[in-house]
Amino acid sequence: MSSLVAFVAGGYLVPLALVAIALVSAATGGVARRLASVSLLLTLPIAVSVVLVSALTRAGTEVLVVLGPFDVTREGVDFAGQMLVRLFAISTAIGLFSLTTDPRAFVFDLERRGLSPRFAFVAAATVEAVPAMVTRAGVIAAAQRSRGLDTEGSLRARLRGVLPLVGPVILSSLTEVEERSLALEVRAFGRPGVRHLLWWPPDTAVERVARWLIVAALLVLVAVRLAGAWPPIP
Amino acid sequence: MLELRGVTYRYAGYARPVLHDVDLALRDGEIVGLVGANEAGKSTVCLVASGLAPASIGGQLGGDVVIDGERTTSLPVHELAQRVVIGFQNPSTQRSGVAATVFEEVALGPMNLGLPVAETLARTRRALATLRIEDLADRDPARLSGGQGQLVAIAGLLAMGPRHIVLDEPTAQLDPEGSNLVAAALRDLARTGAALLIVEHKADLLDGICDRVAVVDAGRIVLDGPTTAVLGDERLAGWGVEPPSRVRLARSLAARGLPGLAELGWTA
Repeated sequence: MSSLVAFVAGGYLVPLALVAIALVSAATGGVARRLASVSLLLTLPIAVSVVLVSALTRAGTEVLVVLGPFDVTREGVDFAGQMLVRLFAISTAIGLFSLTTDPRAFVFDLERRGLSPRFAFVAAATVEAVPAMVTRAGVIAAAQRSRGLDTEGSLRARLRGVLPLVGPVILSSLTEVEERSLALEVRAFGRPGVRHLLWWPPDTAVERVARWLIVAALLVLVAVRLAGAWPPIP
Repeated sequence: MLELRGVTYRYAGYARPVLHDVDLALRDGEIVGLVGANEAGKSTVCLVASGLAPASIGGQLGGDVVIDGERTTSLPVHELAQRVVIGFQNPSTQRSGVAATVFEEVALGPMNLGLPVAETLARTRRALATLRIEDLADRDPARLSGGQGQLVAIAGLLAMGPRHIVLDEPTAQLDPEGSNLVAAALRDLARTGAALLIVEHKADLLDGICDRVAVVDAGRIVLDGPTTAVLGDERLAGWGVEPPSRVRLARSLAARGLPGLAELGWTA
């Protein structure tokens, strides 16, 4: 929901406010550092290309810098800045959700709302994927370091150290997902019909009201945007 | 009864079959060990015997896999799961990821079968007790040692109340005590009439519990017979399998011209 709000609102204020809310919430839950890592990991690969393309190729009236054949315009920099804060708003929202949501509660709650356990598992696996990937990256980085890979020191050395991690992290994640789905098949996870669950996640009145308020806020924002009473998205 | 009749199997995307004309029959109540070198095709036999290949992972199956008179290809995977279950080597990939405690993790299978809550609870408690891991019941399954995780994974399979079990290196991460617990649980299960197929590098474990042992080499069953005869076969090392310690000891004694074999009732 936060991601949608960030996109609908545009500008700097709302996305930055969402980032701040996510970071404060993460600090309250004791996962601020992990959220910062996850957010950077998710955002940086896209952010680099988005910023370069936006700043160097977007046409504008005020040229700030000339870099070879490229004119860096104020409009291009503004657009890149707005995209960047939106990306951070989205990645912090996804990261916070992943780091603070109990997969069990998520699956059972989706199932209670009529979704098939299979779909619910895919959703839960997605939630689990981010922290699992961070943990796995740490293990693989330690293994690579023990074989002499330099992952510390200058920014250049750190970036050079990231490349050998990407392949093993992604491949091992894919293998694990396949093995895990087989193990679940064996335990009749795909069986159609009712399951008698041992536990239901609590759903308090406060939580229900908060959810509806967030949905209402999004609808209001969309309406305001459609009415043209908000600065246009560049 | 679990039977592989003239089974040939080729993984999706592979040019050649991994299994060739495999015949293997497990009678009810029988424990059969499967040994062979790495890449011999043991895990593939497990996947085929459990019906996951080709039902879940694709590929091309020739011949028949028959469980209690029904071909696996005629059954959906969730129905197969009530007849035969398979345990894998790596406990971390057998965790569902949706259970907060070991108890819930073990209960997941019975719950998926749609059993009443009381039956799910009873089966879960029984499975935990069988492997003597009741004290782990409230632990987070993601924070267990490899051995504990493997016991929890096996408990999860036992709680399904399967007719037959296929296990691919079930004790790879277990200490001797854990291996003995698993061995005892498997013997108990066989007594209820279940057929068990166990892939294991620890020949000593197979020596202690198996009625029969089969050797796989390059995707073919090259030897199949009573445990003592197969594990004492001179050709075993040539197939990449280390004989059990009693056989190695007997051979060592014999090589030095020392007596003891016959007195102990061992044959090598």
